[in-house]
Amino acid sequence: MTELLRPQAIGQDLARRDGPDKVTGTATYANETPVENPAYCHLIQADIARGRVSAVDTAEAEDVPGVIAVLTPGTSERLSSTEDKELAVLQTTDVAFRGQIVGIVIAETPEAARQAARLAAVTCSEQTHDVSLSADRVDLYKPDKVNPSFATDTSVGDVSAAMDSAAATVTETYTTAMNHNNPMEPHATTALWNDGQLTLWDSTQGVHSVRSTVAKVFGLDKGQVRVVCPYVGGGFGSKGTVHAHVVAAAMAARALPGRAMKLALTRQQMFSLVGYRTPTIQRVRLAADRDGRLSAIALDVVEQTSRIKEFAEQTAVAARMMYAAPNRATSHRLAALDVPVPSWMRAPGECPGMFGPEVAMDELAERLGIDPIEFRVRNEPARDPESGNPFSSRHLVACLRDGAERFGWADRDPRPGVRRDGDWLVGSGVASSVYPASRQAQSDATIRFADGRYAAEIGAADLGTGAWTTLAQIAADALDVPLDLVDVRIGDTDYPFASVAGGSSGTSTWGSAIVAAARAFREKYGLDPADGDEAQGQVPEYQAQERYALYAFGAQFAEVRVHADTGEIRVPRLVGVFAAGRIINPRTARSQFIGGMTMGMSMALHENSVLDPATGHVVNHDFAEYHIATCADAANIEAYWVDESDPHVNPMGSKGVGEIGIVGTAAAIANAAYHATGVRVRDLPVTLDKLLPGLD
Amino acid sequence: MPEITVRANGHARRVAVDTRSTLLDVLREQLGDTSPKKGCDHGQCGACTVLLSGRRVLSCLTLAVSCDDAEVTTAAGVSHAVQQAFVDHDAFQCGYCTPGQICSAVGMLDEFADGWPSHVTPDLTAAPELTDDEMAERMSGNLCRCGAYANIVPALRQAAGGPG
Ligand code: FES
Ligand code: FES
Repeated sequence: MTELLRPQAIGQDLARRDGPDKVTGTATYANETPVENPAYCHLIQADIARGRVSAVDTAEAEDVPGVIAVLTPGTSERLSSTEDKELAVLQTTDVAFRGQIVGIVIAETPEAARQAARLAAVTCSEQTHDVSLSADRVDLYKPDKVNPSFATDTSVGDVSAAMDSAAATVTETYTTAMNHNNPMEPHATTALWNDGQLTLWDSTQGVHSVRSTVAKVFGLDKGQVRVVCPYVGGGFGSKGTVHAHVVAAAMAARALPGRAMKLALTRQQMFSLVGYRTPTIQRVRLAADRDGRLSAIALDVVEQTSRIKEFAEQTAVAARMMYAAPNRATSHRLAALDVPVPSWMRAPGECPGMFGPEVAMDELAERLGIDPIEFRVRNEPARDPESGNPFSSRHLVACLRDGAERFGWADRDPRPGVRRDGDWLVGSGVASSVYPASRQAQSDATIRFADGRYAAEIGAADLGTGAWTTLAQIAADALDVPLDLVDVRIGDTDYPFASVAGGSSGTSTWGSAIVAAARAFREKYGLDPADGDEAQGQVPEYQAQERYALYAFGAQFAEVRVHADTGEIRVPRLVGVFAAGRIINPRTARSQFIGGMTMGMSMALHENSVLDPATGHVVNHDFAEYHIATCADAANIEAYWVDESDPHVNPMGSKGVGEIGIVGTAAAIANAAYHATGVRVRDLPVTLDKLLPGLD
Repeated sequence: MPEITVRANGHARRVAVDTRSTLLDVLREQLGDTSPKKGCDHGQCGACTVLLSGRRVLSCLTLAVSCDDAEVTTAAGVSHAVQQAFVDHDAFQCGYCTPGQICSAVGMLDEFADGWPSHVTPDLTAAPELTDDEMAERMSGNLCRCGAYANIVPALRQAAGGPG
């Protein structure tokens, strides 16, 4: 158990400290770094999905006025490490996916760079490619582990026997679509190579991980690389790892020492170069007795990875711990295809993995004639079914009950397809949410004192999460001083090492490091420090992990309306209730929850990257055709939380809130669409063409 | 290259522009005002919204050469109740769509005041009412991937003088 902070600043409803800069647009993002006389880069991409570049004729490109250089596999520097093939930019003539970088234009203006990139003539010898995912491929393989280090398969008891002897079962296949993170700020890097020093102003969720990765790729000492990122225009995982364009920008900078290089991806380029969520095929089996007690849960997942780099999304892990079923089995199988490299997208694993099973729960509840909330309550496990450890805190039932009350679930008629309001069919649905309460192993912080003010320094990232504000609240309580005496300095490798903002672990990890530094500071200097006093601290070992199952939980409720004639689907109301530890700042936490739920709604109804099997190209690679929820779709989303303070996760009593909001949303909406229409859609997104054939 | 005068946020500046340059790129790369953001460069996201002679436009779809002598206002030059309302309601997270949302909101409220109807206006002959649905509809050209819409609408309500 950790000694909990006395919450004074923590828990206060505060406006963001970076608010004024954001509403005037004066917060500077990576591409906006004020640098002297920058040059501009534009990437040349392969337009085949597999093969070899036989020639890049740059003559015409170089003739464009203002073009400074064109880097190709034949002219670029040789990198020190090409172990990570995604980052081995221009190191080979092999093409492993459509959109791979095959050249970099450097020019005096963005217009010239772009024009020249179009004029570079890339000749390729094309090989037969294969980008089609299906569950019956003969070449599916079992990865050694799934992201980041979970067992690939698990099996407890005998699922088949339980299925055979159960009162009711569900055996169905559910699919989720290929999704792209699409943060509003396109990935961008501004790079300067000067006197053996590389400075990168990069849009990233982790400056220190960019530094170590880039140092390794170029064979530099970490001390030769500085990464700066005060503001991130969203990331949702795509800015959590280094992608190829960062290497390209650094390469361009090293080709022209002393000249700052600006590289921003276009929206279209983001569909091949910065990761995405793999499509998933989920075979779910559930078995229960007449009283609604689950005897078996099984989830077998098929998904894709790229041929050059493996990313195995941990889609089945939530099914291992969610409900009490004595017989459980999960598996992950991958197809390695000629596709761009998949990666993290908001709640990798849990987000897709709580779609199939949570719809299957709805189907089984209906078969048993039990209310879907009651069905979930009956299957609450006393301990983590997988590890046997107690939960550090688990308030799923409280979330379900509180949400039911707020949503007005009590009078719900369970029959599908029987409510009509004018031309609209009306229904409601529920699903559970879960997300691990993680902490990273390493993060350091420094507390400094000068001129009557304290500063907390840590190389953390605020990608919209509110870290600029919440870390100040944590530091204030850890030092036991008023919040307005505390400054926070983040987003620069000149500050102490910070773990990446990912896995909803940022605040927990960095906050723990800040608390350790504050305690060290007080121990060293007492209550009356002098100018220049400073102390360091680091995140302690996460010992609770060995003894407890640590998770945040939630319940989501959706009202869905489907137009009886056109099949148009609207979600006039979405309510989420979460149990996520102590809430550090209600205003910013609520934004995280509703933001996740909005993205979950978007996944449920719109998002679908259409990969053309003939070309290996995501054909709808822009916002005109890759639809995301807009204001008119998602203006009525409510998020609440139940009182919870978990002493095992960190000294703040908090759990991460960045990802749980997207977990379960799509299932709640699909369940509500079924309740409205009687048409069960098991393939995301739920679009009108899937509902219409079932409407009279 | 042709020279034009851009009056951005009250300051007149003479700049030589590539005929292909968008107003967005000229503001960001030549005039040093990075308040309008580039989210798509194709008129699909609204991040680049500025006010051109008081009307909201997508600066990525506006050729700079067509803006000679025009009055341009970016979020950096806006001073409007909608900004404080956005802060109060936490109507943004990463902040990247926000300057566009701010300009769009100012333009939208003016359009509304001028009696312009929208797709959801129930009666085209009557003066529209500034309901949540009206505001959400009129702001739907401004995408927010952080999903702040549920806070943007109450912020607009506050800025328009209604109950926050
Ligand atoms: S950048 Fe202009 S609309 Fe997206
Ligand atoms: S605040 Fe991040 S995109 Fe709107």
